Amino acid sequence: MSYTIEGATGPWELVIGLEVHAQVTSKAKLFSGAATEFGAEPNSQVSFVDAGFPGMLPVINRECVAQAVRTGLGLNAQVNLWSRFDRKNYFYADLPQGYQISQYQFPVIGTGEIGIELADGTTKLIGITRLHLEQDAGKSLHDQHPTKSYIDLNRSGVALMEIVSEPDMRSPEEAGAYLTKLRQILRYLGTCDGNMEQGSLRADVNVSVRRAGEGFRTRCEVKNVNSIRFVMQAVEAEARRQIEVWESGGTVDQETRLFDTTRGVTRSMRSKEDAHDYRYFPDPDLPPLVLEQAWVDELAAALPELPDARRARYVGDFGLTPYDAHVLTLEKETAAFYEAVAQGRDPKMAANWVTGDFFAGLNRTGHSIGDSPVSAENLGALLDLIKDGTLSGKLAKEVLEAMFETGKPPAAIVEERGLKQVTDTGAIEGVIDEVMAKNADKVAEFRSGKEKLFGFFVGQTMKAMQGKGNPALVNDLLKKKLAG
Amino acid sequence: MSLDTATVRRVASLARIRVEEDELPRLEAELNGILGWIEQLQAVDTSSVEPMAGGGNQALRMREDRVTDGDIQEKVLANAPDRAGAFFAVPKVVE
Amino acid sequence: MTAPTDMTLAGARAALGRREISAVELTRAHLGAIEALNPRINAYITTTPELALAQAEAADAALAKGEGRALTGIPLAIKDLFCTAGTRTTAGSRILGSFVPPYESTVSGNLLRDGAVFLGKANLDEFAMGSSNTTSAFGAVENPWKRQGEEETFLVPGGSSGGSAAAVAARLALGATATDTGGSIRQPAAFCGIAGIKPTYGRCSRFGIVAFASSLDQAGPVARTVEDCAILLGSMAGFDPKDSTSADIPVPDFAAACARGVKGLRIGIPREYRLDGLPAEIAALWDQGMAWLKAEGAELVEISLPHTKHALPTYYIVAPAEASSNLARYDGVRFGLRENGEDLKDLYERTRAAGFGEEVRRRILIGTYVLSAGYYDAYYLKAQQVRALIKRDFDQAWDKVDAILTPATPSAAFGRDEKQDDPVAMYLNDVFTVTANLAGIPGLAVPAGQDAKGLPLGLQILGKPFDEETVFAVGSAIERAAGFTALPALRAAA
Repeated sequence: MSYTIEGATGPWELVIGLEVHAQVTSKAKLFSGAATEFGAEPNSQVSFVDAGFPGMLPVINRECVAQAVRTGLGLNAQVNLWSRFDRKNYFYADLPQGYQISQYQFPVIGTGEIGIELADGTTKLIGITRLHLEQDAGKSLHDQHPTKSYIDLNRSGVALMEIVSEPDMRSPEEAGAYLTKLRQILRYLGTCDGNMEQGSLRADVNVSVRRAGEGFRTRCEVKNVNSIRFVMQAVEAEARRQIEVWESGGTVDQETRLFDTTRGVTRSMRSKEDAHDYRYFPDPDLPPLVLEQAWVDELAAALPELPDARRARYVGDFGLTPYDAHVLTLEKETAAFYEAVAQGRDPKMAANWVTGDFFAGLNRTGHSIGDSPVSAENLGALLDLIKDGTLSGKLAKEVLEAMFETGKPPAAIVEERGLKQVTDTGAIEGVIDEVMAKNADKVAEFRSGKEKLFGFFVGQTMKAMQGKGNPALVNDLLKKKLAG
Repeated sequence: MSLDTATVRRVASLARIRVEEDELPRLEAELNGILGWIEQLQAVDTSSVEPMAGGGNQALRMREDRVTDGDIQEKVLANAPDRAGAFFAVPKVVE
Repeated sequence: MTAPTDMTLAGARAALGRREISAVELTRAHLGAIEALNPRINAYITTTPELALAQAEAADAALAKGEGRALTGIPLAIKDLFCTAGTRTTAGSRILGSFVPPYESTVSGNLLRDGAVFLGKANLDEFAMGSSNTTSAFGAVENPWKRQGEEETFLVPGGSSGGSAAAVAARLALGATATDTGGSIRQPAAFCGIAGIKPTYGRCSRFGIVAFASSLDQAGPVARTVEDCAILLGSMAGFDPKDSTSADIPVPDFAAACARGVKGLRIGIPREYRLDGLPAEIAALWDQGMAWLKAEGAELVEISLPHTKHALPTYYIVAPAEASSNLARYDGVRFGLRENGEDLKDLYERTRAAGFGEEVRRRILIGTYVLSAGYYDAYYLKAQQVRALIKRDFDQAWDKVDAILTPATPSAAFGRDEKQDDPVAMYLNDVFTVTANLAGIPGLAVPAGQDAKGLPLGLQILGKPFDEETVFAVGSAIERAAGFTALPALRAAA
């Protein structure tokens, strides 16, 4: 059953396409040698090229091209061995050259696709139209002065990948799933840090609505949405607005809008009212970008394993459930952590501990995998202590809690707290004898056929041993003794 | 193709050059004179001719990903007609 | 000894090497000449006498230690389109205001590396847009040459490198840097009776040169002899990783090529350059040039460059289109002039209306229009296609010839008040020179004769891409045969 929004006159389908701007992970800018780090002093990471000074010329950064190619390969996309940079001409205070160097007609990456996972367990392919490289603009600060805007050009010239999808999405959920998956792929590839709060990843959302069976109606572009949740909200808000317009007999104008996150509505962008005429033409400062197939092959060979492949491997080789495999591969860091724990150990047991008590511990203590007090090495050591019988599962949970609190290795905690499991049969037998002596009546009942009482004896024995008795041994020895 | 006054006004706005109303007729005539002369190119048969974009014919040379520039805040700001601390300043922009 | 200001660059270099003259003396002589004549000729927008003397002293010290380089102690004028660190750079425009670049253009930096002395910044048409040096915001430049019997008529030096050419002709510098987008080196050189070469696109770095039309702009020298141009180009040229269009090709010994001679060379004579209405004295000079080369052992070959007649309209689409984008950065925000406005758009519009002169505004508008939605294919794309055809004409000619001989200009220098009303008539000045920019090939103008009123006329030699050596060889042969010794009316020590 496909997603629709019920209007006053009946159901409406949504048509959604995303243009995602992803900041390329690189040390220096796309066309200058200035640094790209986030949060530097205003105008400190600016070269004369980035500030559009007279006579300054662009020279392209090879790593930025490589990152675009890697991303293209990760999106199963066509790598264009011949592409070109064009100038997109417009005036804006934070666009120092008066044009943005972009790839208009001949992008470096052509069509590809992404498989997205939906909540009902199904997957859907979303087409990628193209990916191209372009420069970021600077930043305007409008709230620093009553009558002035301030311009910081630190971002000016930072490399962006614009990744354009086909209008293949039909619901807010699909738009969210697409952006989630795209972000995941970029982070796996290391081509973009995916940090949406810092603006490393932002989406322009194209939305239109239609009746079932219709062709496309006019779309609007909601600019610069900076979280996955807001993308989903913006899609719905904009769709509802358009439905209202159509249903009240109006027409939707093609325009650029902004999503007001506090009010949850979209509004028209005043500063972009000017009719757009970007006067694209090939940048005469930059000869065509010509790539060697051999170089592309090298980049392909060195590509890291992507989430889909890794998930398939976890299911196929490790025997994990598809759900656990999905959870463990969502973030590159989680997968790496899991693999470090599973290395040389039972992968299913490792998966259970990572997705279970370990994640719970992170949540409880407010940590992420990056700053977890429990290292993969220590969690692995804990699993080893279970495996060799030093700890019972129950004790191991206690030890893990202590590990989250102290960051210490499990052996040290076991040692300090004397949590080591008792496996000495003589010692266990001694305790059993005492328990049986204290409860002679129950022993008699058991022996006369009331076998349910076995649990009682186990409990009493473990209690007497403060939980440290090896459960298997306690069981075996109790059975023997009770049998007389 | 010839320009009308409205087009001259629109082009001047795109180019961000203020043109006073009384300058428009003369400018329109001059631009039409130039465009009329350029028009002769339409007679050239260019079917199946690849356009020549740049002045040379080499492929783009790529530089290594190293930080070699920037950290010249004062030099970048030194020529600014209006600056506020480490920022360039312009009349307030409403988005 | 020859007066210091009358020396050739090669001659001055030899005299400096022999310590017959010091760099300080040579520089002082030129500074004195500038002081005397520049108020009239207006060849320099900015002079830097203190800097020049300091550089000259350093040059003398280097020479004394035997550490002289190719240009140590040679006083030059730098077209005010080259950014010079610490010295105001105007591009002949109001819009740059009092802009002082904190960086040096690669070409001027190369000259400094080789020991040159900079006398100042030479006048030019605003943003190098013009063929008469009358569009400069810092006033017109007067051609040092006078028509016989019309000493009062103010003749233009050509443009856009009019200040560079006038300074060299009037002995206010031994040589100068210039730039050429459609003829801006060769036409003023011809108008001022000196030599000038636009090298192959990519030979000189464009880094630090205020851009006019990026796919056409090329730096080159003007000087009083072909050999002097060769020496200067040898220093100016070279691969620059800061310019993506700079060619990574070794710089040959251009000066050595001047002595090669033309024996056995095939010289193309393009049929289409014999324009209807070409003045008889220009045609006669061209014929004379052919005769000289033939006498020196070259073979003349008639060739066809069929798309020549489309070159000017092509140029006047491509150049303004690129300029409209290149000049967008002059917006009053980070440097240069600012006119306040009620909002940002108003600030832009007032700044750019006040900062740009009439011709620059006109070209920006034309360029904006030809790139605008709906017109791109008809104008810009079409022009790029015709440009490809023009280049193909040359590529095919190189199968048959080693160099091409043409007139440099369709006329001698004209008066300041002539041709100013009709922009198109002014554009026709570039008819012989503009093809080299479109095709990216080298072109040299060399003084070869005078018109009936005694004004200099030049011939142009075009060559294969990166074969400036043959161009210098042919140009030197013409120079030797022509024996051009006439002197301009206005000159130092005259």
